[in-house]
Amino acid sequence: MSTMQDYKSNLSDTSSRKFETFSYLPTMTDAQIREQIQYIVKQGWNPGIEHTEPQNAFQNYWYMWKLPMFGETNVDTILAECAACHKAHPNNHVRLLGFNNYKQSAGASMVIYRGKAV
Amino acid sequence: MAKSYKSGVKEYRETYWMPNYTPKDTDILACFKITPQAGVPREEVAAAVAAESSTGTWTTVWTDLLTDLDHYKGRAYAIEDVPGDDTCFYAFVAYPIDLFEEGSVVNVLTSLVGNVFGFKALRALRLEDIRFPIAYVMTCNGPPQGIQVERDIMNKYGRPLLGCTIKPKLGLSAKNYGRACYEGLRGGLDFTKDDENVNSQPFMRWRHRFDFVMEAIHKAEAETGERKGHYLNVTAPTADEMMRRAEYAKEIGAPIIMHDYLTGGLSANTQLAQWCQRNGMLLHIHRAMHAVLDRNPHHGIHFRVLTKVQRLSGGHHLHSGTVVGKLEGDREATLGWIDIMRDKFIKEDRSRGIFFDQDWGSMPGVIPVASGGIHVWHMPALVNIFGDDSVLQFGGGTLGHPWGNAAGAAANRVPVEACVEARNAGRQIEKEGKDILTKAAKSSPELAAAMETWKEIKFEFDTVDKLDVKHK
Repeated sequence: MSTMQDYKSNLSDTSSRKFETFSYLPTMTDAQIREQIQYIVKQGWNPGIEHTEPQNAFQNYWYMWKLPMFGETNVDTILAECAACHKAHPNNHVRLLGFNNYKQSAGASMVIYRGKAV
Repeated sequence: MAKSYKSGVKEYRETYWMPNYTPKDTDILACFKITPQAGVPREEVAAAVAAESSTGTWTTVWTDLLTDLDHYKGRAYAIEDVPGDDTCFYAFVAYPIDLFEEGSVVNVLTSLVGNVFGFKALRALRLEDIRFPIAYVMTCNGPPQGIQVERDIMNKYGRPLLGCTIKPKLGLSAKNYGRACYEGLRGGLDFTKDDENVNSQPFMRWRHRFDFVMEAIHKAEAETGERKGHYLNVTAPTADEMMRRAEYAKEIGAPIIMHDYLTGGLSANTQLAQWCQRNGMLLHIHRAMHAVLDRNPHHGIHFRVLTKVQRLSGGHHLHSGTVVGKLEGDREATLGWIDIMRDKFIKEDRSRGIFFDQDWGSMPGVIPVASGGIHVWHMPALVNIFGDDSVLQFGGGTLGHPWGNAAGAAANRVPVEACVEARNAGRQIEKEGKDILTKAAKSSPELAAAMETWKEIKFEFDTVDKLDVKHK
């Protein structure tokens, strides 16, 4: 059995902050992100991008990047929009959502670009 | 002498067996599994069940003639063999909707599973399923908010939620208990949970528990930046006291409370659910006592009925069994009642033990909670069986981690995310489970330690209550 380790997390260490789904996994590679976008498209969900200053990440409403991309199924187009949002707001968290209009809920939500946590 | 009244005892089937009856859309339908005493004809027993669970009694009474019995009586309208079991048969009974008070599952159950279950002409009786007509469903309050509202309140999307029941079940002080919650929440759980028998005992009165647990939630939220909750159990000796605890939970900002709907009682549960709707609170429902009612294949009430009763009475979560853990649960039957909890419309499907179409209209769904003897190695199967709209609830599977609760929680959160990621990427997660977990453990020493701790633990006993199918 491996030696006991301390659990590294505290209020003063900003790297303790998480961003909900997939934030306990290592940052995804481009190929992995593509797979997740493909999943959103395959479910028939509408992709949408939101971003926020890390200090406001707890709030419900992040800034919408343009409008949700209703009916968009091209993975490259969606990826390019994520990159454009990140370029415009390099210090912010950028998340990609898949809106399920039947359930009126996001079926997927994941931070694609992680800003510097505070 | 009256011309149309004759006192005495008639056979039930003269009045209550109506094989040509076509059920109305508004009838409440029930399927009973009847094990009769030797020598009693099936039609007579089925009619007796219909009579005793509706308008009838053992003898004719003159007051029968003061009402329109044909309007009010329950009718046994069909009989079927039970596949693979000659000792019993299914009887289908239709009850006119006028027999029941609106919005009262209490009243429906009092009729359908009342005196009739002790009837001497029966060796055993089991209520297998009820079809609640949409007309009746709409008179009930149901879950206060619904699945998508809970996701919005808790900010959890695209994955199952994670919970953990705090152990030891009994005996911790409020401060130590809050510590156990805090550690689990900071490690990545969404919820921690009071064990069902934690109410307000001398070792930990409810109010101290609520205060310490709220501090745990606040600190874990500040630390992780994620929303957290703890099911504060408000089950109490009286409904008044239950409401007092619920009010305090709201006052201190708790997002979710908890109730045991069978031991606490359905009136109390419905009252609490309605209060939760008025106050924007989430409500977790535990099912202590269910196995007393639902485990015997020949006698009692099937869990799919208890599931429908809970959805009508109200609450957002209901324990559903895990299929893979330490507690009883046949896979197909479990999938059947998970659908009954969550879906809008469920088709009759005998392969999952569902006897009737069930239309829930606009009534919100309930999130199934998989709890009982599950650990990290079960994660791929759990994600596959339950999907995203579920709470995967570990207890020992978090707290038993060799490095403590925070590490144990991380060792739940990392694999659930890894399994969801792999599922979304199109992989067969049950088949490739070991590979997915092993890969995830490379970046999570907590997960690696958990996998090592629980690698040999399995719960492979045969299910006692199986679906009625020929191969038995």
